[in-house]
Order: sequence, then structure tokens, then C-alpha cells
Amino acid sequence: MHIPDGFVDPATATVTGVLAAAGLAGAVRHAQRHLPPARVPLLGLSAAFVFAAQMLNFPVLGGTSGHLIGGVLTAALLGPSAAVIVISAVLIVQCFLFADGGVTALGANIFNMALVGAASGWAVFELLRRLAPSLTWRVVSAGVAAWASTVLASIACAGELAASGTAAWSAVLGAMAGVHVLIGVGEGLITALVLAAIAKVRPELVGGTALQQRGFDVVMPTGAPSAGAGAVAHAASAGNRESAKSLVLYGLLISAGLALFVAPFASPWPDGLDRTAQTLGFEDKAREPAMPAPIPDYRMPGIPSEGLATAVAGVAGTAAVFALAWMAARALAPRGRVASSGAPR
Amino acid sequence: MQADFLDRYSRLDSPVHRLPAGGKLTVAVSLMVLTVALPPGRAMALGAVAALLAVTAAASRIPWRFLLRRMLWLEPFVVGVALLSLLQPGGGRVFLLLVAKSSLCLLAMLLLANTTPFAELLRVLRTLRVPALLLTTLGLMYRYLFVLVDEAQRMRRARASRTFVERRRWTWWTTATVIGQLFVRASERAERIYAAMCARGWS
Repeated sequence: MHIPDGFVDPATATVTGVLAAAGLAGAVRHAQRHLPPARVPLLGLSAAFVFAAQMLNFPVLGGTSGHLIGGVLTAALLGPSAAVIVISAVLIVQCFLFADGGVTALGANIFNMALVGAASGWAVFELLRRLAPSLTWRVVSAGVAAWASTVLASIACAGELAASGTAAWSAVLGAMAGVHVLIGVGEGLITALVLAAIAKVRPELVGGTALQQRGFDVVMPTGAPSAGAGAVAHAASAGNRESAKSLVLYGLLISAGLALFVAPFASPWPDGLDRTAQTLGFEDKAREPAMPAPIPDYRMPGIPSEGLATAVAGVAGTAAVFALAWMAARALAPRGRVASSGAPR
Repeated sequence: MQADFLDRYSRLDSPVHRLPAGGKLTVAVSLMVLTVALPPGRAMALGAVAALLAVTAAASRIPWRFLLRRMLWLEPFVVGVALLSLLQPGGGRVFLLLVAKSSLCLLAMLLLANTTPFAELLRVLRTLRVPALLLTTLGLMYRYLFVLVDEAQRMRRARASRTFVERRRWTWWTTATVIGQLFVRASERAERIYAAMCARGWS
């Protein structure tokens, strides 16, 4: 999924560059404040680990071979901010040393794989794993999240290629999402298997000690508890205590990116209600709304290009929905919890 | 160490290698941005970029075969994505333009990586006020990348010497075990590195 140079146009490169820089800066800021100094080397070593793990191929159907991508694996082990830094570092080194992924496309690649891939994959993982407290379920959740993150990242990638005029949206979406629905199955399976393998020797790295009895025949480490295991467990617990601010930042950046690059290509056909209205002939009755809408038909007025108008409308809509949800959350949540999750720790 | 395939020639001695890293980074990045931003139908300009890169490659004394092999290795990714552009009206021209621009940028990047040690690039980034945490992460990653790739190779060899047969049913699980073990070892190494960094006065 590494986009080479020349495939994203200057406008797309600039926008994704800004989004990626903002996300990475947020992650670094969060880590500088909350990651203990003793865990700093773990970030570099995890990045080297992801790079090395990507070189271990395993056979897939039909004589081809695949490799781990590692976004959700890193996020499940270290937390989302650390994962954003680790995956970005991998992409930067791959770009500058290996020429894998272009310099002008570095922003797009970091946005797709570190922000959409790791951060939103982590969100899916967090939602799923809360459904049941067992270690087995945690491993399965990570696998499902890895599938979802692979597909999401490929859709974001397709949107950027189409917005750049490199390929037609219908072709690029079908090719990217179609292939990555399958690649994602492999990624999900290998993510789950790797977590299961780590859980066998160091259950505390994967699920915390309270969960280790269920699902796996746990082999306890012999001798003194490993210092390295402590480091990861600590980093992960720091990740689970992510301040709400950094998560809000990733969510906003990802939604803005998807609104800009994917929303303009969403289906041009009328949705179910509009279609019914046309069929039954009451479409005309909707002509005069009781109150004029600020952004009619999801197109920002006053912008000549249709795609750009939809994109700007998408960003404006995202911001408006976010502001409403934020105010609703502040009004509805118990006072004490808002204060403790909003204040920097 | 086998895994020095990435930037094997970055420590050669040549006029190009002796140029300041900051200048090389600036020139390479602006050349790539220029190439990408070039409107279609400027074949002359692309030719000029190609000539400039060829002269640099000759002056850098990096073996041609190495550059060519690395280019061919990465070209499938470029062509694979570019094939998608054939599925639109007038896609042939877009395809050729994309492949030409991408290949030139690939060559520029390979030349930069193989004439400038990575530590020098990090030093340039530090003067550009990139956060220290990110630079530490990049530096440690580069330093231990080769160590971990070698470690993975050793684990594969150890597994092979214990008469592991590549059987479909178990390959995924054994690969996953190797990757998992690699992570456990990396995290333990991180702890030792922190102790060593503190002993040398890191703060």
C-alpha cells in the first residue's frame, strides 16, 4: 500500500502532509508528556521489530506470499500514540533508506497506514475487546480490527489516488478495496496468531495478569519476571490511559481526511428516501424546505468544482457533528469524569 | 551481518559523498517535488532530470548493477499501482508519465540514501527542529534494524536445523511464533539499551 512518488498530485500531497504532520505531532507530544523515559527505547526497538517482521514472508494461496503490516499489532501492544509514532518511523525509514514509498507521498502513506491503519484500527480493537474479558476474545478482537484497519486504509489510499487524477475512482476503489478485503484476512489472522504466540510466553504483554487464566495454557516465565515484559506492560497501560485529547485529535484528522478524499466519490445516485420520492412522485413536495439549509445537497455553495464543493461540505459537516457531539457529551457526562478525562495527566 | 543491503554504499568516498548532507537532502527533495509537479508534456524537463541523476550516479562511484537491481526490485510496486491508471480514458499517456516520474524519484532517493549516512540525515533533521523523541526513535530503529533482521534470520536457521518442514498447516503458526518471539526479544533488548543509555549519561 506504499504509494510511490508521482501518484499523488501536489494538492493531495499537501493536504495529507498537513494531516499526517498534525497527527504525528500530537502523538509525539502525548508520548513526551506521558511515556516514562525508560520506555523511550522501546519505541525505536518496536519500529525495528515491525520492519524486521515485515521481511518474514509466509505462503498465501496460489504460490504468492504475504507479510505482516503490523499497525494493529503495535497498537494492541503499545497503545495508539506509540503505534502512530512507531508506524510513522517505519514509513520514514522505508522511504529514505529503501525508496519504498515516495517522499512526496510520505504524508499520504503516514495518513493511511499510521493514522487510519493503526489509530482507527486501535479504536475498533478497543470497542470489540470490551465485549468480553477473556484473553482469547482480546486476540480475536485484534484480528478483526487488523482486517478492518487494512480495508479502511486501502479505501483512504484509493480516495487519494482518485483525487489526484491518477486513476478513476470506480476502478481504483474496486482494485484496492477488493484486494485488501483478502489481504486483510491474512493480516487479521497473522496479527491474532502473533498475539497468541506472545501470550503463550508473556501473557502480561497482551492482556494483563487478570486475564491470563482463560483461553490459553499459560507458560509462566521462569526465574525473575522479565524487565522487558515490564516495559511493554507499562507502555501498554500508558496507552490504555490515553488522554482523551490525543484520541479526539486522531478521530478529527481521520474524519477530515476521509471527508476530503472519499466523500466526493460516494455514490452519485439518490439514496433510498430520495429514490422512493422520485418513484412515488412526491419529490416536488420537497422543493421548498421549511428553513433554507446552509449547505444544500452536500455541496458547499460558492465553490465551482463539484468534487471540491462536496469535500468542503464534508469537512464542514464533520466539524459541525463533532462540535454537537462534544457539547452533548459535556452536558450529559457526570461532572467528575469529564474533569478527570479532560485534564492533562 | 547480512542485512546491510539497504544503504551498503553510503560510506564510500567520492565527490558526491563528501558534499554536505543538508545540501544533498534539500536538492534531492526539491528535485523530486519538481519532478512530481511537472505538468504532462514536458519530456525535455524529465530528460534533464534523468541526465542530472545519471551524472550524479557516475560521480558517486556506486556500482551501476547495484542501483539497477534495487530499481528493478522496487519497480513492480510502481507499475502495479500505475496499471490502475490504464482503466480510464487516455490512460496510456498517464501510465507512461507516472512510471517515468516515479522511476526518476526512485533513482534520486536511492542515490541520496547511498551517498549519505542515515545518522547525517538525522543530524540535519535535528537542526530543522524535528522533536527529539522522534529522532531518538528513528536513530534507534536504524541502529537495531539490522540486528533484529539478523536475529530473525538466526531464529529461522535454528528452526530449519531442527528439521522443520514447510508444511502448509503449520507455516502460519510457526511464522507467528517467530514474529512473537522477535517482539519479546526486542522489548527485552529495549530495557538493556535504556540501562546502557543511562550509564552513558543520556537524559
